[in-house]
Amino acid sequence: MLTAFLLGVAVMCAVAAVLTLLILVADATIGRYGTVDIVVNDGEPFAIEGGVSLLSALKERGLFVPSACGGRGSCGLCKLTVQGGGGSVLPTETAWLSRQEIAEGVRLACQIKVRQPLRVFVPEELFNVHRFETEVAAMRDLTHDIKEVVLRLLQPPAMHFRAGQYIQIEVPPYELTDEPVYRAYSISSPPSIEDRVELEIRLVPHGICTTYVHRRLKVGDRLNINGPYGDFTLRETNRDILFVAGGSGMAPIKSILYDMAERGVSRRTRYFFGARTAGDLFLMEEMKALERRLPDFRFIPALSAPEPGTWDGETGLVTEVMSRQVKSVANTEAYLCGSPGLIDACIVILKRMGMPEDLIYYDKFA
Amino acid sequence: MTHAAGWFAIFLSAVFTNNILLTNYLGMCSFLAVSKEVKTATGLGLAVALVMTVTAPINWMVYHWLLVPLGLEYLRFLVFIVVIAAFVQVAEMAIERASERLYAALGIFLPLITVNCAILGVSLFMIIREYTFAAALAYGAGSGVGWALAILAMAGIRQERLSRARVPAGLDGAGIALVIAGIMALAFMGFSGMGRGL
Repeated sequence: MLTAFLLGVAVMCAVAAVLTLLILVADATIGRYGTVDIVVNDGEPFAIEGGVSLLSALKERGLFVPSACGGRGSCGLCKLTVQGGGGSVLPTETAWLSRQEIAEGVRLACQIKVRQPLRVFVPEELFNVHRFETEVAAMRDLTHDIKEVVLRLLQPPAMHFRAGQYIQIEVPPYELTDEPVYRAYSISSPPSIEDRVELEIRLVPHGICTTYVHRRLKVGDRLNINGPYGDFTLRETNRDILFVAGGSGMAPIKSILYDMAERGVSRRTRYFFGARTAGDLFLMEEMKALERRLPDFRFIPALSAPEPGTWDGETGLVTEVMSRQVKSVANTEAYLCGSPGLIDACIVILKRMGMPEDLIYYDKFA
Repeated sequence: MTHAAGWFAIFLSAVFTNNILLTNYLGMCSFLAVSKEVKTATGLGLAVALVMTVTAPINWMVYHWLLVPLGLEYLRFLVFIVVIAAFVQVAEMAIERASERLYAALGIFLPLITVNCAILGVSLFMIIREYTFAAALAYGAGSGVGWALAILAMAGIRQERLSRARVPAGLDGAGIALVIAGIMALAFMGFSGMGRGL
C-alpha cells in the first residue's frame, strides 16, 4: 500500500519535473528574443531584453504610461502610437480602438510584445510622470465610506501637476492580491501645494486598493504612487462653468476650485453635488468658504433620499436638480465627475438642453 | 472492415454523431463566451482542434507506456491535465515565434483552452473506449474538428441571425445561446443513423 502511494507521488513529481524542464528549455530557446532597440519620440534608441510587453519595457525605462488594469488589456488606457515594429492589431485590442485610431497606428502598450525594433510615440506630458515615494501624513473620515488621505512626497520631493489630474497608487501584495496592482485616484489638493497630494478614496466592497487604504493604511506608512495623468482640467476660456459630481467625484473639482480661487478666476461657476443623505455630504464648510472667496460661485448639494426633517436644501437626483435650476446653457462648459451612470445621465440632459458635446468634459470612475 | 476504414469511421463519428460539444456538452464555457463573431470563433475552433489532435496521442503514449506498466491508471486525471497545460504553453511560445499572423489569429486563444474540459474529456474517453494509438489520433482530430464545426455554426447563427433578431431581454446572451445549442444538438442527432451504416 505504502509503496503504491509513494510510487504515485514519485511518478507525478517526475512528470511535473520533466514538463517544467521542457517549458524552461522552450522559454530559453524559442522564447528568447535577445536585446531589442526601442526608439521613443525619435530620440536615442535604448536596448531592452525582448519578450516583455511594451508597457513594462517603458516602465523599466522610467516612462509611466497610464494603466488602470495592470496590463491585462481590460482598461484601454495605455494607448500609444506605434510607428513600426508592433505587428498587427490583436483581437484583444480592437474593442478599445476606433477605426481612426487603428489607421493612425494607435495600440495598447500592454498587448504588444517587444520582439523586434520598435518606434513609438509617447505624449510629451508623460515625460513629466514619475514614480514617487510618499509617506502618509494624515488620514480622516469625510463620510462613513470616504477617507481623505494626505501623502507627503519624499522622493522626488515635489510634483508638478494641473488641477483635475490623477495619480496611481501602487498597492503592495497583501491578502487580496498576490502582485502589486495600480489604481487611479484624482488629486483633490491644488497644484500650488507641490510637496504633498491629497486624495479622497471611497471604500468599494472587495475593492483591492480601497480596502487596502481603508483597512490597512496608517499615518506614517510608506506608499508608492506614480503620476500625474489625465486631461480633466479647466479649459482656459471665458465661458460659464458647470460642475456636476457625486461621491468621491468631489476630488478633482475641489482641486480645480482652489486653483481658481488662487489664480483669481472670476468666471460664473455653479457646482451641483449629488448624495443620498445628509451623512453622505462632506467638505460643506470648505465649499461655503470658496463661495466667499470666488466672486460668482455657488455650491448646490442635492440629496436623493434625505431623512425627514434633516434637510432644507435641494431634494432629488442631482441631474433633476440641475435641470430645474439651470435655465440656460448658452456660453457654458460642463465638467462632470463621478460614476458612469451619473455622467451618462448628465450628458443626455445637457445635450437635450442644447449644450454641444465638445463642451462637456468628464472623468468617469469605472 | 480494414483498419483505415475503422479509423475513418471513428473520425467521422467524433465530428458528427458523437460531437463532443453537442452530445457530451463539454467545453461549453468558451463555446458560449467566444461564439459571438465568426472570426474569433474560427481562431478558437482551430486552436481547440490543434490541441486535441496533438494531446490525445501524447496522452495515449503517457498512459500506455508509463501509467499502465506502473499500475498508476488512477493518476490519469492529474497527469493528463498537466500534459495538456504544458503542451499549450510550449505551443503558444512556438506559434508566437513562428508566425505573428498565426499568433494573432490562433495563438492568443491558447491560454483560454488550457483547462478546457472538452480537451481533457477527449483524453479520458479515449481510455474508456480502449482505442489504439491510431484510433486515438483519429478520435482526437475528429473531436477537434467537430468542436470547431459546432462553434463556427453557433457563431454564424449568433452573428448573422441573432444580432438582427429581437430577442426577449431575459433570454439575451447566454440564455438564447444555450437554447440554440440544444436545437443544434437535436439536429446533430440526425447523423446518428449514419453511424450504424459505417
